[in-house]
Amino acid sequence: MSGRVESYREYKGEAVKRIAVYALAVIIVSWIAVPLALIFVSALAQPSDYYNVHKIFPTRFTLDNVYTFLVVLGAWKSTLNSVIVAALTILISFAVGLPAGYSLSRYVFKGKDAFKLAIIGLRMFPVIVLAIPLVVIYLRIGLADTLLGVALAHTAMTLPFVVLITSSLFAGIPVDYEEAAMVFGLSGWEAFLRITLPLALPGLSAAAIFVFIMSWNEVFIASILTLVNRTLPADILVSALNAPDPYKFAAGFIMVLPAMIFVFFARKYLVQVWGISIK
Amino acid sequence: MVRVRLENLVKRFGSVTAVDHVTLDIGDGEFVVLLGPSGCGKTTTLRLIAGLELPDEGRILFGDRDVTYLPPRERNISMVFQSYAVWPHMTVYENIAFPMKIRKTPEQEIREKVLWAARLLQIEDLLDRYPHQLSGGQRQRVAVARAIVVEPDVLLMDEPLSNLDALLRVIMRSELKKLQRRIRVTTIYVTHDQVEAMVMADRVAIMNKGRLQQVGTPQEVYDKPANVFVAGFIGSPRMNLFDASVAEAQGAVVLDAGGLQIRLPEAYAGLLEGHETVVVGIRPEDIHPLDRVPPGVEPYEVDGTVDFVEPLGSDTIVHVKTPGPVLLMKVPGSYPAEMGDRIRVALNLKKLHVFDKATGKAIF
Repeated sequence: MSGRVESYREYKGEAVKRIAVYALAVIIVSWIAVPLALIFVSALAQPSDYYNVHKIFPTRFTLDNVYTFLVVLGAWKSTLNSVIVAALTILISFAVGLPAGYSLSRYVFKGKDAFKLAIIGLRMFPVIVLAIPLVVIYLRIGLADTLLGVALAHTAMTLPFVVLITSSLFAGIPVDYEEAAMVFGLSGWEAFLRITLPLALPGLSAAAIFVFIMSWNEVFIASILTLVNRTLPADILVSALNAPDPYKFAAGFIMVLPAMIFVFFARKYLVQVWGISIK
Repeated sequence: MVRVRLENLVKRFGSVTAVDHVTLDIGDGEFVVLLGPSGCGKTTTLRLIAGLELPDEGRILFGDRDVTYLPPRERNISMVFQSYAVWPHMTVYENIAFPMKIRKTPEQEIREKVLWAARLLQIEDLLDRYPHQLSGGQRQRVAVARAIVVEPDVLLMDEPLSNLDALLRVIMRSELKKLQRRIRVTTIYVTHDQVEAMVMADRVAIMNKGRLQQVGTPQEVYDKPANVFVAGFIGSPRMNLFDASVAEAQGAVVLDAGGLQIRLPEAYAGLLEGHETVVVGIRPEDIHPLDRVPPGVEPYEVDGTVDFVEPLGSDTIVHVKTPGPVLLMKVPGSYPAEMGDRIRVALNLKKLHVFDKATGKAIF
């Protein structure tokens, strides 16, 4: 229905449609943005303003809540833990998932479909079922309450995603590019490094960011597998929930912040990743 | 530049034999076209020569060098891909320079050669552009430039013109051929377009179902098709092919195709001994209206009615319904014929082809 509008009636129909689309967009954006705005405002508000019943909207702001939460309450350590776990998760799930994704996109082999199905099947497995036996195993091999342990568990969660996304990313890059490079003097490995990888990089970074956020947000496994070396969400679950309201908001603020920043910078590539994966 | 020899090449994919005992010699500096319908194994053969696939049996020789199992980069070849495969993250200059960079060619020499190739293909103005800023034809030129700068022993081309529009294809095929003449590189070119093959090739190698059907100059495969497949594949419109039984009447051999009877000149009679049914072929251009028989052709007259007329401007294709099969007749220029008209045509029996029914091989 694109192109030149032919008649008044059609023009009117277009306008109504457009208004409906905008209204829907506003509703969706508010649904996401209003709670976020509430958290941000409340986290940065002066407690006296926040608790003032005569003020709907706080007017004085401070970083004290965030500072107290991070430094005085010691959340910086769990924040750091979260960053380390997320980085490890990215590292391991890409080290394992990228070659798998590449082979799925490039080669025909026996059991390929079964393998793909198994990957999706893994996504349907509830983490709760995994978590308890995992604790027992981890206690036995000494991985309990370690960041590596959490990262490995998170890898189990992110790996299927990494395999499927990278395979669709690589499938979107014609094999001809690699073959041309091989004809003109590169080995298969070099062709991958110098041709395919640079072309896949935007998509891969978007996927990495997504893995970061998955790991960063994961609370269940992290709380079960750790006691002392808590990640941020696990820490918040235990400690911040008993703290006064401003600290809860400060915790929420810190939780949301990295995801917001990453998505802001990577939104172009995220669309690309999903765009390709939907195909 | 080098001779290329394929010896009994076999490539199987599962239960499918894509390339079936192909043996072919290609001369130094020769332009050979692998021609065949899609799925005939021509591209697989090319990929075997490139080293992008490894054969199950047989050998590939470049000169005296056995390259059968060498990786592509050690074969000193170039390839133009059907999709061009011009790397999107490099400029035109970088694309053309890349193969030389890998070979650690000095920067100065790279620059000179890139400019040489760019000038040859008239893409000097595009060197700073990225592939997505180019048209299909320009990208194709970049791919060719990239393929010739390294001065390969063998240049491989996989349907390089099939993604271009019709006009550009015609221009590019003569340009590519002239370019090959100029740099004299041994070239193996894959296409399914018989006109492209005829125009460009020194020799055509026609493939079907993984097997080599015939190798020869364009004129040879046109004049003397080795079997029914080649006869039907080369030439447009297609050669008239029909079954006939071999009979004897009054001392002469007669081909009987359900009502259409062709009495053969005595010279051919002995060749058909022992054959009961054969496939008879005659090209539309070897059938003439009785009033337009070229001098020197001995007409063998056949009665029919006009079944359909295709006026193409340069030629007129007349479908003639004989008592036996419908025969296509190609008349130069326009020809006044109406559907349903009675018509008397002349076959040029000297250009008659007869094939064995069982094997499809040419008898004469």
